[in-house]
Amino acid sequence: MTFSFAKAATMAVLTSTIALAACSKKAPEELPPPPVTTATPTATPAPTVPAGPAVGTQGHFENAVGRSAVVYFDTDRFNIDSSDAASLQAQAQYFARFPQLTFTIEGHTDERGTREYNLALGERRANSAKNYLVSLGVAPNRIRTVSYGKERPVALASNASAWAQNRRAASIIIN
Amino acid sequence: MKTTLLLTIFATLIASPALAQDAGSADLGEPLAEGGVVADIAIEGDDDGPLRGTVTDESDWEDLGIAIPAFATNRDAATPANADGTSALGQEIARVITANLRNNGLFKPTGPDRLPTPDFPQVRSPAWSSWSGRGAEMLVHGYVNAAPNGRLVVGCYLYDVALQDELIREGYEVRPADWRRAAHKCSDLIYARLTGEDPFFDSRIAYIAETGPKDNRVKRLAVMDSDGANHRFLTLGSATALTPRYSPDYSKILYLSYVDGNPRIYVYDIGSGRQTLVTENTSPTIAPRWAPDGRHILYSMAVAGNTDIYRVPVTGGSSTRLTDTPGIDIGGSYSPDGRQIVFESDRSGTQQCYVMNADGSNQRRITFFGGRCATPEWSPRGDQIAFTRIAGDFNVAVMTPAGRNLRVLTDGWQDEAPTWAPNGRIIQFFRTTRNAGRSSLWQVDLTGRNERRLPTPVDASDPAWGPIRP
Repeated sequence: MTFSFAKAATMAVLTSTIALAACSKKAPEELPPPPVTTATPTATPAPTVPAGPAVGTQGHFENAVGRSAVVYFDTDRFNIDSSDAASLQAQAQYFARFPQLTFTIEGHTDERGTREYNLALGERRANSAKNYLVSLGVAPNRIRTVSYGKERPVALASNASAWAQNRRAASIIIN
Repeated sequence: MKTTLLLTIFATLIASPALAQDAGSADLGEPLAEGGVVADIAIEGDDDGPLRGTVTDESDWEDLGIAIPAFATNRDAATPANADGTSALGQEIARVITANLRNNGLFKPTGPDRLPTPDFPQVRSPAWSSWSGRGAEMLVHGYVNAAPNGRLVVGCYLYDVALQDELIREGYEVRPADWRRAAHKCSDLIYARLTGEDPFFDSRIAYIAETGPKDNRVKRLAVMDSDGANHRFLTLGSATALTPRYSPDYSKILYLSYVDGNPRIYVYDIGSGRQTLVTENTSPTIAPRWAPDGRHILYSMAVAGNTDIYRVPVTGGSSTRLTDTPGIDIGGSYSPDGRQIVFESDRSGTQQCYVMNADGSNQRRITFFGGRCATPEWSPRGDQIAFTRIAGDFNVAVMTPAGRNLRVLTDGWQDEAPTWAPNGRIIQFFRTTRNAGRSSLWQVDLTGRNERRLPTPVDASDPAWGPIRP
């Protein structure tokens, strides 16, 4: 716990510094995607993805990174373990290839927590994943975070396996 | 706040309904038509006035039999409150009182459907011979008259059958639409006189109405009277709504909505049906609470993943941060005198309950038993704190403000988020079922013996019990 706190705190400071410098003023204007010049790189990797969903869709992202689109957490924890790190490295590579993409990291919890605490815990998890991606070079102003707490489970049973699937941070392409 | 101000100016300058809407109005339903008042009026009774002192039998008032025949009327008149006139309305009023006293496990009431109806003069002069043989120690009489001003006048009398004497009486003048409030006021009068406790029936509950499958729940803000009547949805369900809290004067509701895609606290104004953000900040805000004076709001805000508790004036302005640990500090419930706040923090590694002064100073942990402490709520009487105890299952428990005398009151699989009745004698909470994830509202008294489900039209969670209505 102490270790994760320290790490998270360091990253939080790092992130907020970058975020402040990069987008505190621009925030309202960043709704439209970056200028057309960034469209050029999309043309280059196009041949490597012959068919299927287009760049900028969730399908394209998931085809590219597979199960790495979601990272999972232990009960009440929000630290990035080695398996999470591998998933986020795959995500970071994808987002480096497609620097025009923006995305949301959704933080979720299992149902075995009180509602408000879980909203705060989901927020922590989303930020952990974000901070890790930022440390790998993804610009923080491309990443939106949102916590759903225990409001949006993917596994519906009330058992250890379902809860493990629900304790997650999922990256969702915005555009 | 700038945006709020701007919107207000817009609303004033341009009389366009579309522009007059405040922040995140997309999910709002029709506003409530509120504003009725209950006027206390003097009514006639015994010349020597109500009896003071003890009743004949107060050894165990939970076994006290109370006869509640239909309320009489001086003249069966048409009323908007009941299609069949004031006589039928008198029957309904007695039914509401009977249900109030029975459902809370307080007494053994017998309602109007099993009793003869007194005529109007008998309300002030009971026919004792017809009541003494019914096994009821107490007798409630009352009347409902249509007043010339279009309002209803309701009289409420409590008699001791053995003493053949009046214990207490009260009169109310209400709009026909508020007839149930007169029944609740009468229930409160009886309850308070027989138990010595403060009243609680004339109060409302805000909660979240839930429909749909577990992975796609529709959650709407809803309100109802303490007995489940006068139910209304306040949001449409297109955005998830969570954790409402009635303001102490019932003019506003704080709640969380995802209406702009992010979890944010809104101040919903009941009269106008408009809402504003609790604070102009892009960070998510959660866990709203009122200060007892209704002039300040506590909210918790996550900045770069770290959640702390803040206080802001209800009129807007700058927020004061009350906690600053790297853990999750969240929630907060004021002591009735407004001087202290009990809140939840995982700064020690797990969720535990802490108390601090209202300015954030002197933060200290109060829970050291096995398990976790979440969602603490200070009793309106000040002597107890109710909370969600997590020790395997989730249960509602109480302790003293010093964290002593832990008592677990419920034994569901997941009982969560206690809220106090206005008199601090009953706790409401929500219960979630394993696997199906169905939720419902429950009440339990401080003995833990009287537990019952509060019927709601659909599944229900996050109850917040308001104070006695003004």
